[in-house]
Amino acid sequence: MDAISKQAGRLSLWQAAFVVARRDFLAILFSRAFIFFLLGPLFPIVVGALAGGIGAQVQSEALSADVGIAMPAEDLDAMMQARDELAARIGPAIPPFVELERLEEGEAFDPVAVLEGREGRLAAVVTGTLEEPHLTAPEANIGRWSGTISMIAATATRSEATSYPTVESTTVATSGARENRGRYQTAQSGMVLLFLLIMLLAGMVLSNLVEEKGNKIIEILAAAIPMDAVFMGKLFAMLAISAIGIAVWGAAGATILTLGGRSLSEFANPGVGWPLFFTFGAIYFAMGYLLLGSIFLTIGSMAATVREVQTLNMPVTMAQVLVFFFASLAVTMTGTWIEFAAMAFPLSSPFAMLARAAVDEAIWPHLVALAWQALCVAVFIRVGSTLFRKKVLKSGPQGASTKKRRLFSFASGKNS
Amino acid sequence: MARGLVKRFDETLAVDGVDITARRGSITGILGPNGAGKTTTLRMLLGIIDPDEGNRSVLGHADPKDVARLIGYLPEERGLYPAMKAIEAIAFMGALRGLPLAEGRRRGRELLEQYGLEHAAERQIRKLSKGMAQIVQLLGTLVHEPQLVVFDEPFSGLDAINQGKLEVLIRSLADRGVTVIFSTHVIAHAERLCESIAIIAGGKVPFAGRVDEARDRIPAQVRLETSDSDGPWRAALPEATRRVGQFWYFPLPETGIEPLLRALIDGEAGIQSLSIERAGLHDAFVAIAGEAAAADMVTTPEREDA
Ligand SMILES: Nc1ncnc2c1ncn2[C@@H]1O[C@H](COP(=O)(O)OP(=O)(O)O)[C@@H](O)[C@H]1O
Ligand SMILES: [Mg+2]
Repeated sequence: MDAISKQAGRLSLWQAAFVVARRDFLAILFSRAFIFFLLGPLFPIVVGALAGGIGAQVQSEALSADVGIAMPAEDLDAMMQARDELAARIGPAIPPFVELERLEEGEAFDPVAVLEGREGRLAAVVTGTLEEPHLTAPEANIGRWSGTISMIAATATRSEATSYPTVESTTVATSGARENRGRYQTAQSGMVLLFLLIMLLAGMVLSNLVEEKGNKIIEILAAAIPMDAVFMGKLFAMLAISAIGIAVWGAAGATILTLGGRSLSEFANPGVGWPLFFTFGAIYFAMGYLLLGSIFLTIGSMAATVREVQTLNMPVTMAQVLVFFFASLAVTMTGTWIEFAAMAFPLSSPFAMLARAAVDEAIWPHLVALAWQALCVAVFIRVGSTLFRKKVLKSGPQGASTKKRRLFSFASGKNS
Repeated sequence: MARGLVKRFDETLAVDGVDITARRGSITGILGPNGAGKTTTLRMLLGIIDPDEGNRSVLGHADPKDVARLIGYLPEERGLYPAMKAIEAIAFMGALRGLPLAEGRRRGRELLEQYGLEHAAERQIRKLSKGMAQIVQLLGTLVHEPQLVVFDEPFSGLDAINQGKLEVLIRSLADRGVTVIFSTHVIAHAERLCESIAIIAGGKVPFAGRVDEARDRIPAQVRLETSDSDGPWRAALPEATRRVGQFWYFPLPETGIEPLLRALIDGEAGIQSLSIERAGLHDAFVAIAGEAAAADMVTTPEREDA
């Protein structure tokens, strides 16, 4: 009995979704719209360049790098005071000082270790004494700050003479601040890219079910397979299409980079490393798309005509931009409830988590976030297909037959 | 197969306690005017919507979803993906019911050939005529070899030739043991094809059963021709008799024809001819569903085309 009903029953959710997805995928692949889809990113690239402004904001927040200071207590106090005096007169060219340690007589301090630990926002470390200050920093920062440090030290010694102590220096490969700054850049680029891609797909998903409704095919699908499968199939077909798109754009982008003689190493290593960052990028893209897509599909499925869908396009896009700004804002608020909210709120979660992958090394939050996002996708699809079954399938055939019925009741003088 | 189905849409009671039974391997017609609740009843039978009340039993299962692969359904509002090739459309519909694509294409080609449409196989749906597209969809509902086929108004939109072909197809399905249920507001199709019918009007089913029984609801008509035009034998004719020249028309008396014949012979009426005609389904429909419902029905397919 069970065996019979298994053979005779409907296709399983996944099988049915596959049947729908396969048709949709091929239909889109061989349509003219696909060419426009592939060419589409040209436009966002221009917008992206303009949107670089958003990135600038993120960076300037994360950039104000500090100079650490570890000296004998007296010297340290004098340096701090001198720094404040000079800062009051000269302004932001004088970097903020962060007290690292008040050293006892003869106590050793390893500034290189502190900087290479890549923690915090330190751009350089000053050690030694007032007479013999020692600056440890990446090469670029030594040139930038050795004069400044010398001036502060001179002010601190209160020597009347205009003799500036010579600043000894040690070069380190990197610093926490430099790494962080670069990572925020990587985070920002990742998010913008993710956002633009999803944006591109959103409009297409919105009008996805209109064809079925317009062609009345929905009735055939509804009779044969679960409505969830229709929704899933449509979403995954679009995802597969976008995978092709990304492969094409990626190849094109890599070619351009290579031709321009540039490489990824110009971007700072993301916290989780490049291979994993790309993997996360792909997964978060898929998730972000599925989350937004399932909502758009539902909204679109409620619309009766292409024109109705077009009217919906605007508010939906605005909402999406808001979510994106929310996620961008969250990147600059590391450790606050805003960052947490952005990671927990399903629609911004993929953006926020990708940014996190660039900045932070930990893997487990991603697994938690992905499980959470997948759950949300499932819920959204279920709610969407249920709404569709309730509101659309039961609200009767639209168009011709409704008109016929109305005409008929009119002709026979019934007012119903 | 369906007991006391009830379906409400917001305030309208679309279907109000419908009972329908279709014997396996038979052809059953759901007969009713527009808005009677035919489509709603079929959609409930197919599990597209669930009834608010009542039970279904489809191929022995309470939930039609459990036998989805054994069912074929042609919806009232036809539609296919316009950019798809005919053969792909058929295979896709099969795939929705669990048939592998390759097998669907192979059988699809066979079916198209049987229908004399093999030249359309590689053409896009949008390039086919409306009638041809409809036949492609019809074949798509059959490609997975269902045991139960449900057609909602299958004849509408087809020209007379294709309507004839469809009748042949429906008979051949039943001959192979497939249960066919179709709805129509054209009485002639039901009359020619169906073993049993359900008459539906205003969401209720005043009659469900064999076509013969429906006709028997109203008595057969007797046409009598006599050489004599008057005589005491006339008293034996029923009250409702009409006379047209030599001919007398009246419903068959409940006591049968024999007592009447005897009276006519004894009275030397001079019987020239006598025929008894069973009532047509249309008259039966009027008697069962009422004039109002019948007014919206189409008796013959020709009238629908007009
Ligand atoms: N989805 C629906 N929503 C609201 N009313 C509906 C819906 N489908 C049908 N109806 C109403 O239910 C009644 C029966 O319709 P239907 O089953 O389509 O009749 P038929 O197929 O016999 O023409 C009609 O009054 C119709 O207006
Ligand atoms: Mg109908």
